[in-house]
Amino acid sequence: MGQRSAGQLVAVAVLAFLLFNQPFLTIFDKPVQVLGLPLLWAYLLTAWALVIALVAWIARDS
Amino acid sequence: MVDTWVVVVASAAYLGLLFGVASYGDRRARQGRSIISSGLVYSLSLAVYATSWTYYGSVGRAASGGVAFLPIYLGPTVAMAAWWVVVRKIVRICKRDRLTSLSDFLAARYGSSAGLGALVTVVAVVGIVPYIALQLKAISTTFAVLRGADDGVGAVPLLQDTALWVALLLAAFAILFGARHLDASERHEGMVAAVAVESVVKLTALLAVGGYVVFVLFDGFGDLFDRAAADADLAPLLGFEQISSHGSWMWLVVLSMLAILLLPRQWQVAVVENVDERHLRTASWLFPLYLLLANVFVLPIALAGLLTPSTRGLDPDTFVLALPLADGRPGLAVVVFLGGLSAATGMVVVETVALSTMVSNSLVIPLLLRRGGPLARRRSLAGAVLLIRRLTIVAVLLLGLLYFRAAGETRELVAIGLVSFAAVAQFAPALLGGLFWSGATRRGAIAGLSGGFAVWAYTLLLPYLAQATGLPADFVQDGPFGIGLLAPQSLLGLDGLDEISHAMTWSMLVNVGLLVGLSLTARRDPGELAHAAAFVDVHTVPGDGSALLHRGTTSTAQLHALLERFVGPERARAALPATGSAGDGAADAEAVRRVEALLAGAVGSTSARLLVASVAREQPLGVPQVMEILDETSQVLATSRELERKSRELETATAELREANQRLQELDRLKDDFVSTVTHELRTPLTSIRASSEILLDNPDLDPEERQAFLETLVDETARLTRLINQVLDLSKLESGQADWQVEPVDLGLVVRSAAAAVGQLAREKGASLELDLPSPAPVVRADSDRVVQVLVNLLSNAVRSVAPRTGRIVVRLEVVDGQGLTSVADDGPGIPLAEQQVVFERFRQGTSHERPAGTGLGLPISRRIVERLGGRLELSSVPGEGATFSFTLPLAPATVSPAPTALELE
Repeated sequence: MGQRSAGQLVAVAVLAFLLFNQPFLTIFDKPVQVLGLPLLWAYLLTAWALVIALVAWIARDS
Repeated sequence: MVDTWVVVVASAAYLGLLFGVASYGDRRARQGRSIISSGLVYSLSLAVYATSWTYYGSVGRAASGGVAFLPIYLGPTVAMAAWWVVVRKIVRICKRDRLTSLSDFLAARYGSSAGLGALVTVVAVVGIVPYIALQLKAISTTFAVLRGADDGVGAVPLLQDTALWVALLLAAFAILFGARHLDASERHEGMVAAVAVESVVKLTALLAVGGYVVFVLFDGFGDLFDRAAADADLAPLLGFEQISSHGSWMWLVVLSMLAILLLPRQWQVAVVENVDERHLRTASWLFPLYLLLANVFVLPIALAGLLTPSTRGLDPDTFVLALPLADGRPGLAVVVFLGGLSAATGMVVVETVALSTMVSNSLVIPLLLRRGGPLARRRSLAGAVLLIRRLTIVAVLLLGLLYFRAAGETRELVAIGLVSFAAVAQFAPALLGGLFWSGATRRGAIAGLSGGFAVWAYTLLLPYLAQATGLPADFVQDGPFGIGLLAPQSLLGLDGLDEISHAMTWSMLVNVGLLVGLSLTARRDPGELAHAAAFVDVHTVPGDGSALLHRGTTSTAQLHALLERFVGPERARAALPATGSAGDGAADAEAVRRVEALLAGAVGSTSARLLVASVAREQPLGVPQVMEILDETSQVLATSRELERKSRELETATAELREANQRLQELDRLKDDFVSTVTHELRTPLTSIRASSEILLDNPDLDPEERQAFLETLVDETARLTRLINQVLDLSKLESGQADWQVEPVDLGLVVRSAAAAVGQLAREKGASLELDLPSPAPVVRADSDRVVQVLVNLLSNAVRSVAPRTGRIVVRLEVVDGQGLTSVADDGPGIPLAEQQVVFERFRQGTSHERPAGTGLGLPISRRIVERLGGRLELSSVPGEGATFSFTLPLAPATVSPAPTALELE
């Protein structure tokens, strides 16, 4: 993993911090359900999974 | 309900299994076949983060705040993304300097500061004790719930309190696997293996109960959420409204980002127990995935607990256990209990082991080792160090128990955990500042940490203690002595924040402010600068710089004796092999550094520095010493520059060699061309000779005129053949340097006349005029007269061949130019095209304008070589259409250059 991956990982950390905070929380705080799941709850889990996937992709062995 | 004996037997069997795993892990580690060396195990061991707080407390929090429990797990995900960048640096430094705890790390970064190490330790212990109490509370509460007993916590006599026995059992476990022997690197593979197994068990149990609740008790997520949304009390839990403030949410994310590294147990598994840097990379996504899985069912379980009539009135912290029990599933309940037991025991064991290392290495031993202290003269200290650690483990657990019995029943689990998070977050400015900013100083770090800790204690711990212990709580509301501006939870009138945000805002302001402010204003001593550089630039600076900085004097024998006291005679001998024979030699800086690193592994960097200083009589760094160090450094730099220069020279030489090789290859190719051309040139006259001879042979009655013609051809071609062969031989002689040369003063006038005589007949036959323009006296040059004639004859016959019949004119001129004798042969023939002027001196490259059979193609190359061999130059100047001039120079003979009188005067 070179300088570039390190930079990408830091960028993902910043992205994750933004996704997990305002204003996204308010944006997704609606009393509606998607596929039977509360929107906010579904959003947080999806964003979480997305961040994990991004990190896994950058940190993969190559 | 489950019978007490079932719970006890199941717990005992499970803990026995963990003991088994741990001792197997230790055994394998001793054999050098680690079972924890994988990214998966590393990630699972990080999951010691998920304590009973996660296990029971998240559901409790979700039951009142919806998704409010999540930031504690989102924060670590953010931190893990940057894990590779930040923690790799820390792991490198710790491996290099054998730093075995957070307090050790910070003390070493800020110049082996004993004060800072002790401060960090105190903050950690004070901050963590409530957290340990929380785990004991979780175990005893859930034990009671499982048994269906309803004895109030703290109400039972001490000896009947489950928490006491749990605490003692955990202390035994922690001592067995965390403080059994003294290890230079403080690694406990057995403990890590057990923690990894526990992490699997707690996740499995959580997923099992979650799946059971959602898919058996309810009809899937959709059904559960629909029913919650339909309930007016529960609907708000699906959104954000129940969360006290957005600021609080953000602070929780930040706190948990820091806690994932700064909690002592996290530092232990993440840094100290790390086997391989690459595992950091795997964990950066695998551990967040673990957290995600562990949290998927939290909100559904909380909603289910609130929706189910039989559990609705219970403490939400116990929903995980109560739901299966209420549904008549004691088996599942026992599994859940074991999962919770895993979460609590894993946390307590690793945390106490980490704290014991900190307390012994950064607090107790430095005190005891001070001059005149009780340990200063002890022969062997390994036993004492171990004893201190074991006592610390027991003490921390008993403190936790005390705390639990005094204050355990007041708040939900989450609140207690956050108090600890806020305490360890105070380490962040000193750690991150120290890691990435070489300007951070010891005074700044100590002041920042002290200030931050004081604010934390005043704004968070004090109100909590007051409330928990039933002390008069007026001052929390009204401020001490009724001064409202000093009220702990609204300092300087800062209202409207929840207690965590309030405490974090103030403590971080003070902490970071003092660190940055004092670092920017204080003068720094040179030693501290070196420590800072060794940490901040760990990836670029080889070694740790301290060997260079050491200026003490000591003997190898003294160092050896010191080492022996801590690590025993065998390992001391292994570390300093020279001692046996060399005896009392003076130890060099490198040996001192090695001993210090080994001691650091055993007793921490601060104590190691103290110990080494006690024998090494280290001199303080002053300006002369720094100058000396700089001098050494500049010598190293000079050597390195010298090396660079040598390497550049080598590169140049290599390039030259490559060029020479190319030239050789080119010459080799030319030789091949030459051979093939010569062969071709030989064949032409031979063919002609053969044809003529055959005609003569086949036609004996040829008339005499024709016979005469054929015979002439034969003679001509044979002559040409001879000439060609002679020239080839001549050329090869010239090229190999074997030709005979008789260099002597030569009168150029004589040479020109003799050459003109030789070609005179040829010119007359063609009707060309040959003029000689010779000065008198003619220049005398140093040359071989036969060779010069050869050159001139060649040039003249070329000229004769090129001029027009009957009208052609050739002029030979002699001059002295620049101390050289210049001979030129000019003709008025067609001249030589520009393109060919470059190549006429190459072998067999006759100008195309020449008639084919006339020359051999070797004359000019031979002439040029002769002239060059004699120290002159043969050149051609020609304007196409106006004739060509070949001219060559030859050095004048000395007598001509310097007049005779001068020569006489010199004599």
